[in-house]
Amino acid sequence: MATMPLTANPRRGAKVSRKRGQLVPALLFLLPALLGFLAFFAWPAARGIYLSFTDYNLLSDPEFVGLENYASIGGDSVFWRSMVVTLQYVLINIVVQTIAAFALAVLLHRFTKSMVIRGVVMLPYLIANVIVALVWYWLADYNLGLINSALDAIGLDRIGFFGDQQYAMTTIALVNVWRHLGYTTLLIFAGLQAIPGDVYEAAAVDGAGEWRVFRSITLPLLRPVLAFVLVVTVVGSFQIFDTIAVTTQGGPVDATNAITYYIYDKAFGSFDFGYASALSVILMLILAVIALVQMRVLRANQSDLER
Amino acid sequence: MTTLTPAPAPASDPRPTSRRRRRGSPDSQAVGRHRNPLSRALGWTAIGLVILVTLFPFYWMLRTALSNNRAMFSEPLSLLPVDPTLGPIQRVLGLQSTADALAEGGSVGDINFTQYLINSIIVCTLITVFQVLLSAMAAYAFSLLEWRGRDAVFGVFLVALLVPGMFTLLPNFLLVRDLGLLNSYLGIALPAMFFSPFVVFFLRQFFLGVNRSFIEAAIIDGAGQWRIFSRIALPIVMPQIITIAILQFIFYWNDYLWPLLIGQTEESTLLTVGLGIFRSQTPQGSPDWAGLMAGSLIAAIPIFILVLVFGRRIVGSIQSSGVK
Repeated sequence: MATMPLTANPRRGAKVSRKRGQLVPALLFLLPALLGFLAFFAWPAARGIYLSFTDYNLLSDPEFVGLENYASIGGDSVFWRSMVVTLQYVLINIVVQTIAAFALAVLLHRFTKSMVIRGVVMLPYLIANVIVALVWYWLADYNLGLINSALDAIGLDRIGFFGDQQYAMTTIALVNVWRHLGYTTLLIFAGLQAIPGDVYEAAAVDGAGEWRVFRSITLPLLRPVLAFVLVVTVVGSFQIFDTIAVTTQGGPVDATNAITYYIYDKAFGSFDFGYASALSVILMLILAVIALVQMRVLRANQSDLER
Repeated sequence: MTTLTPAPAPASDPRPTSRRRRRGSPDSQAVGRHRNPLSRALGWTAIGLVILVTLFPFYWMLRTALSNNRAMFSEPLSLLPVDPTLGPIQRVLGLQSTADALAEGGSVGDINFTQYLINSIIVCTLITVFQVLLSAMAAYAFSLLEWRGRDAVFGVFLVALLVPGMFTLLPNFLLVRDLGLLNSYLGIALPAMFFSPFVVFFLRQFFLGVNRSFIEAAIIDGAGQWRIFSRIALPIVMPQIITIAILQFIFYWNDYLWPLLIGQTEESTLLTVGLGIFRSQTPQGSPDWAGLMAGSLIAAIPIFILVLVFGRRIVGSIQSSGVK
């Protein structure tokens, strides 16, 4: 850390005494946050791990059951089904969102610096998941919704966007693309802005074409930002809950029973807290592995520019 | 890890005046290479479409909220409100009589968005004020105070940033239950009031950028650390404090799962949770769509206002979160 400029202080050895002297105020300043950290993070985390080894059901005292919960997760077909639909959600959500955001960021960067347009694009991200889910649930309602009424009016078949097993998860994934597109676009847009103009000028002098410039300059220089975007959005995407909770509630036939919804349902639907805790531990481990692998593969910490 | 670092203040803090000045600057010319009228037209058409798709659902929310729920079903394609009425808005605010609600085909359940609105405002303000102030204090200790083990302790704090919320959710529910705080404002707010690793992390960056000679001078004048924090450091980073306070307020305003678990009485139901309850009521076999959209609108309007007033700040802060 930076050393303090001590020119103003005539005393010799002032730095050493200050180091000791500032420990007390530092602890006082940290006290509330430290309390919060211990009470609402460290302790619950430890308790969650402990509960995952018990049969706690909210009513009677937890009893230690060893690895039983973890063992039954292996043979739990609903869990595996929920992993499959979660992955399906993440895949559709992330692929569509990243490509669309990339395209939109490039477009905005090329054509306009308007803060108003960026503000409009960002707006859905600031609106609650619940509201976004309800508006689209209404727009895509089978009988009365605008989209199906329009399909019907032009002679096409109505589509059970939320009600049909085949489409429900895709619909939810796309609704959340709509909500997060602006956020992802802004991050990529900022990455584009951070690429120095002289790199492009040099390429232009060398006679490089548009596509060549995009492939050899824009894309590689954007890699750290893309890595950041992917780590954040994938980890967030895995925890899809709100949209499902207010629309399909896991149905039809578990087609949208994503992992967090399944955990919620286990804990508060059947009060199986021990099992739900074990599922939470598994979810956390999965997310940690995914984040680590992504950081590795995408070398998130290094910029090609600084090399 | 370093990619999570929000950029330091000066570059990322967009001033209202910067827009016009930037237009003619060399960097905008390096980028705006598009002279071809066809590609210009195509590009702007695409941007226009995105804006339309972004804004249309909000318009539809308004159009539905101003429609008569019963009449609406015969004209699902009408772009304007059907049989325009303020009924749905009055209904969800608890201002419409049961007879009128029935006549408009609306829900007559116990839904009181006036109460939910008050609940949301109180809880989110409580969280934001405490969380930002206490996190700023922690960020100050992690940046401008010198003490042994500082960076190690900070590293431990950051772990909380990386752990998904779902993991601590169930045990925190048990803790709040054991404290006897279910169905109370405090029960919803408490876990978030003491600190947010994200806010500590965010503000620490800006405290690190504070010119230390101000602080040295204050020490010589005999100012205590609290005085230095509250009178010197805090005012310097006030723009960032406001930005993060707005972002956190919006975050908790939109939060659903935690308040769903904790606040289930009318006196502790937040807006998002109220919307979920309202949605599950189906008076005529389908939800009271006009009322539901009216409730959504009421829950979204405070955010619209914040975006109108602080949009530039919010855009700037989101953009800077991805770039080192």
